[in-house]
Amino acid sequence: MALISLKNVQYIYMEKTPLEREAIKDISLDIGKGESIGIIGKTGSGKSTLIQLISGLLYPTQGEIFIKDRDIKKWNSKELCKIIGIVFQYPEYQFFAETVFEEVAFGPRNVGIPDEELENCVREALTTVGLSYEEIKDRSPFNLSGGEKRRLAIASILAMNPEVLILDEPTANLDPKGKVEIMNYINKWVQSRNKTLILVSHDLDEIIRTVKRVIVLKEGKIIFDGPIEKLFLNYEKIEEAELELPEILKLRKVLEDKGYPLEGAFTVHEIVERIVAFKEHISIWKS
Amino acid sequence: MEVLKTFPLGQYIPGNSLLHGISAKAKIIVSFWLIIIIFLLKLNFYSYLLFFFLILLGILLSSLPINYFVRSLKPVYFLVLFTFIIHFFFGEEGGRVYFRYGIIHITDNGIKMALFMSLRLIYLVLITSLLTLTTSVLELAQAIEDLLKPLNFVKFPVHEFSMMMTIAIRFVPTLLEETDKIIKAQKARGAEFGKGNLISQAKSLLPIIIPLFINAFRRANELAEAMEARCYRGAKGRTRYRVSRWTIKDLVFLTIGILYPILLLVFF
Ligand SMILES: Nc1ncnc2c1ncn2[C@@H]1O[C@H](COP(=O)(O)OP(=O)(O)OP(=O)(O)O)[C@@H](O)[C@H]1O
Ligand SMILES: [Mg+2]
Repeated sequence: MALISLKNVQYIYMEKTPLEREAIKDISLDIGKGESIGIIGKTGSGKSTLIQLISGLLYPTQGEIFIKDRDIKKWNSKELCKIIGIVFQYPEYQFFAETVFEEVAFGPRNVGIPDEELENCVREALTTVGLSYEEIKDRSPFNLSGGEKRRLAIASILAMNPEVLILDEPTANLDPKGKVEIMNYINKWVQSRNKTLILVSHDLDEIIRTVKRVIVLKEGKIIFDGPIEKLFLNYEKIEEAELELPEILKLRKVLEDKGYPLEGAFTVHEIVERIVAFKEHISIWKS
Repeated sequence: MEVLKTFPLGQYIPGNSLLHGISAKAKIIVSFWLIIIIFLLKLNFYSYLLFFFLILLGILLSSLPINYFVRSLKPVYFLVLFTFIIHFFFGEEGGRVYFRYGIIHITDNGIKMALFMSLRLIYLVLITSLLTLTTSVLELAQAIEDLLKPLNFVKFPVHEFSMMMTIAIRFVPTLLEETDKIIKAQKARGAEFGKGNLISQAKSLLPIIIPLFINAFRRANELAEAMEARCYRGAKGRTRYRVSRWTIKDLVFLTIGILYPILLLVFF
């Protein structure tokens, strides 16, 4: 039994108007518990639409979506919130509360977490993303720095303790160090609680570090779905999706073209080790 | 939920049709003229039919699918029905009486009025849709600015007025899109809207309204800075990138649009 299952899903924006636009075309997909999945594709390929469909914020114009084997349209929205938590692109634009505490408490309160557990829940969520509860809880969400805002926004979803965490470009517009930090916090949370993760990102480096399975979208269709190592075995798929290869893989490609056997090496470390081994191999063979 | 889908404003559909190509000034003048004429039109079958031909011509010249015009009637559908029923059952006395019971009476004149008054409403909507479907907001605003220019003599700040209008209209779709996004984001945090008593309903809207306002102010600020950075300082010495000139096409359009209805008034 798959946790999330899509069957021939199609989604058309502004259906039956001259402006209609088919953003998702006939997608079928199964997602199991505990998987970590990356969704990549160039801008406008339908990534955000797909995750909104999975979260029940949009209903498919054709096809069906099942969450725990139950049609997504039959789920009550609050129940669904407890299963699927989604952090939108630029989530800090949705702040409204006077204090950080109230901002984080909004979600848990809505899904019926009792008041006496609320403080614990908020404290835990803020700590998870590396914010100090005591220092920050009474501040205004609007006066935080960009990175702090982003973490707060993520904490406000983590506080609801969803089974599936969906993130839409969680590190867009952050500095490189901030990016890595946030992803580390998220990873720790996901792994320690055995949660399911769906990560949308333009940053292939981030995807490589975070997920095991990737889905590549192009013009609303899935053109690749499988383990990440397999994707980087065929560069054509990445080119077909018009994505930028990560620097490290560009290097690997150049070296491979020169005859070094580097299949499956993803990090600087692995590549160096392979080259060293290869050179030794050659020199032994020559002598 | 897509707010945009249900938004009743006539929306610009880009295209290359003859009507799209006519200058916005000519289209505005003709539209206003036609709206005035509708109210002067004699209440008889022929003038309404011949007037409809003019609208039909416009629809054909716009090369837009018919269903777009049908859709534009949706917001006034109820109003048309209401007008029809009022005139039909409680309308003017006169002519043959078909039915009478208490205050309800169906008469020749009543039926006639019911028909023509509903048609009036429909024509009004169709004419405005023809204008807004084929003219972009920017063109409209510039045309209005040009047409209002004479008001400069009475110290009316025409340019500022039209700039304000352009900006306001320009940001309607942006705000709608943003509202849609915020609603989704708060729903994802378990928010429910429009439940419970009046106070809790109003309260449930705060998580939408507050971010909307804050973002609108932020955006206004950014826009003002961007405009200042490009040395915008009002109308003084400002020229346009696209200067609209009258072409033969516009003049023909204007002539037909103005003369045809006058002929209708005179002969029917
Ligand atoms: N609210 C909307 N109304 C109409 N069309 C939309 C809407 N939202 C998205 N689209 C269209 O649907 C398609 C897919 O959009 P989507 O936002 O899912 O892309 P994306 O892969 O998330 O892109 P990005 O990487 O830029 O975020 C695009 O062509 C877009 O123009
Ligand atoms: Mg997106």
